[in-house]
Amino acid sequence: MNKDFAIEARGLSKHFGDVRAVSSLDLDVPRGQIYGFLGPNGSGKSTTIRMLCGLLTPTEGSATVLGTAVPEDAKSLRPRIGYMTQKFSLFDDMTVFENLQFIAEIYSFPATDRAARIDELLEKYNLEQQRKQMTGTMSGGQKQRLGLACAVLHHPELLLLDEPTSAVDPQTRRDFWANLFRLAQGGTTILVSTHYMDEAERCHRLAILDHGVKVADGTPQELQAETGMHIVEVIAGDPYAAQAAIQPLPEVASVTQLGVRLRVLLPNSIADPVALIERALHAHNVNASATTTSATLEDVFVAVTMKSSERST
Amino acid sequence: MSSATRLLAIVKKEVRQLRRDRLTFGMIFGLPIIQILMFGYAINMDVRNLKTAVANQAGSHLSRQFIAELGETQVVDIVATAESPAALEAMLRRGEISIGVHIPRDFDRRVVDLDRAAVHLLVDGSDPTILGVANQLRSMPIGFDVGIQPVEKQSLIEIRSFYNPEHRTPVNIVPGLMGVILLMTMMLFTAVAIVRERERGNLELLINTPVSSTELMVGKVAPYVLIGLVQLAIILGVGQLLFDVPIRGSILDLYIAGSAFIAANLALGLLISTAVHTQFQAMQLTVFILMPSILLSGFMFPFDGMPVAAQYLGEILPTTHFIRLTRGIMLRGAEIGELMPELYFLIGFTLVAMTMAALRFTKRLD
Repeated sequence: MNKDFAIEARGLSKHFGDVRAVSSLDLDVPRGQIYGFLGPNGSGKSTTIRMLCGLLTPTEGSATVLGTAVPEDAKSLRPRIGYMTQKFSLFDDMTVFENLQFIAEIYSFPATDRAARIDELLEKYNLEQQRKQMTGTMSGGQKQRLGLACAVLHHPELLLLDEPTSAVDPQTRRDFWANLFRLAQGGTTILVSTHYMDEAERCHRLAILDHGVKVADGTPQELQAETGMHIVEVIAGDPYAAQAAIQPLPEVASVTQLGVRLRVLLPNSIADPVALIERALHAHNVNASATTTSATLEDVFVAVTMKSSERST
Repeated sequence: MSSATRLLAIVKKEVRQLRRDRLTFGMIFGLPIIQILMFGYAINMDVRNLKTAVANQAGSHLSRQFIAELGETQVVDIVATAESPAALEAMLRRGEISIGVHIPRDFDRRVVDLDRAAVHLLVDGSDPTILGVANQLRSMPIGFDVGIQPVEKQSLIEIRSFYNPEHRTPVNIVPGLMGVILLMTMMLFTAVAIVRERERGNLELLINTPVSSTELMVGKVAPYVLIGLVQLAIILGVGQLLFDVPIRGSILDLYIAGSAFIAANLALGLLISTAVHTQFQAMQLTVFILMPSILLSGFMFPFDGMPVAAQYLGEILPTTHFIRLTRGIMLRGAEIGELMPELYFLIGFTLVAMTMAALRFTKRLD
């Protein structure tokens, strides 16, 4: 067991009947970092997080969280981790203060420091105005901030966040991430699942999950550098015509339209991808320019999920 | 120490949420009052004013006097006359009357003839209570002011009714009703309490905290113990105030029995909550237990009259034992020491159900 890792998992699998929600997942999450799980709905992100905090028993494999085996010793782990569920799980019929107070009591937070800690959290998470408000009447962003405040109240070493930003607007997401970075700075390890590319890009490291399989992992930069794909950007007056010209080429792995631009993915084995695309555009009399560009995380995501679906067929 | 803090946190939260849930809060106090009023006034085993028709074929002075006396008993309410027994039968079939009285042509002669019945009663046997009442009418004496006095039949058996000499139904109903009301509210509230948190997603948060299954279970039901005792007081108060239901034994004994019964019901509710996934399922299971508790517990029908299999079933229901306790303490003035087996059962039931609930409630989602 390596002291530098907050989470280590080997061959972690979870089957629900015939459905393989998670298959043979290996995971190494370094301490003090923000680690992202990127994947579409149903890719096994929630199931993995639930296994890591001992809520679900793995069908196969093992996991060590903060040096503790789960789910066997999940009980001793509970005071050391914070968990924010995908669905808002605090009590709608209690006020913000009452919810925080309840969490403080449940975690046996020292009674003398309780009031100060709650005040601190209310201020940090911008909830002072809502102190006496019924939680059920708050906005999505406010609920999310309360969720995070409750999850970190007892100073957990590890924070597990299951799609924390799926129900809030971009500005709220930005503020939320500022909070996460502040926590990571303070030494908290954070595992966060998301299906937003821009969020994945902010993580120190991430794993891409698809149909319960980890298809890639590394830093965002590593992943972008190692796509194994050329990315060709095509700017055309008539993007539909350009797409019609490029799509049928057997070498083209995928074409994604972004306004007037097309992002075309082709395997690295092709020597001159720009020439290939230009020939095709010319043959169809489409007026467009093609240039190679660096991969974004979205390109990485498309590339790796494509590979995994090829493997399964 | 921290275990006590956690337990208290759960209790505090439960009370807080309960106080804000107006409907549930209203039900806690409204339900017992409404039910005791409803059952206390409506359920009446002492039947009066049964609709009756008479076919008087004798037409004699004696027969008319008999009909008049029949009416005075107030057991029957003579609403019609008929020509023949066949006409009575038709009215009976149509549900217009519950009892038909046929007085044959030779009524005056039959009265003095001890071997033959003087009057025929046609009774709607589809309702068992009516049949029982008709049987009472058989012992009605017929007074003569003319002719030969009939030989007075000496009754072989004399009845002395203990504990409820006036045959007032509420006196019998209220002690049993206490059991049914407590069962209904206690079992339902706890069964729903945990399932509701599962449905709202609160449970996923709770089981990820250091709170233990036992702390969670005990903390959730503790406030209801107090509520149950308050309900008990309401039922007793209303029963005494409106229906003059006596408490011949000690109030303390009654509260000991009540506490044991409340605990048993709460444990049962928790057990239900661990077996179901939605509030609706919890409700269905509650009704599934409520029905036999009303019908097989001795609340509605005497326990001894039931088939043996039904008696076994009745024996495993906490309500059966509680009703024995309340009838014993309230009506017969028994001391709890004389009824220990019933109390032991309730305590045993609580322990078993509570253990099963805590074992079934794993802090896992799978």
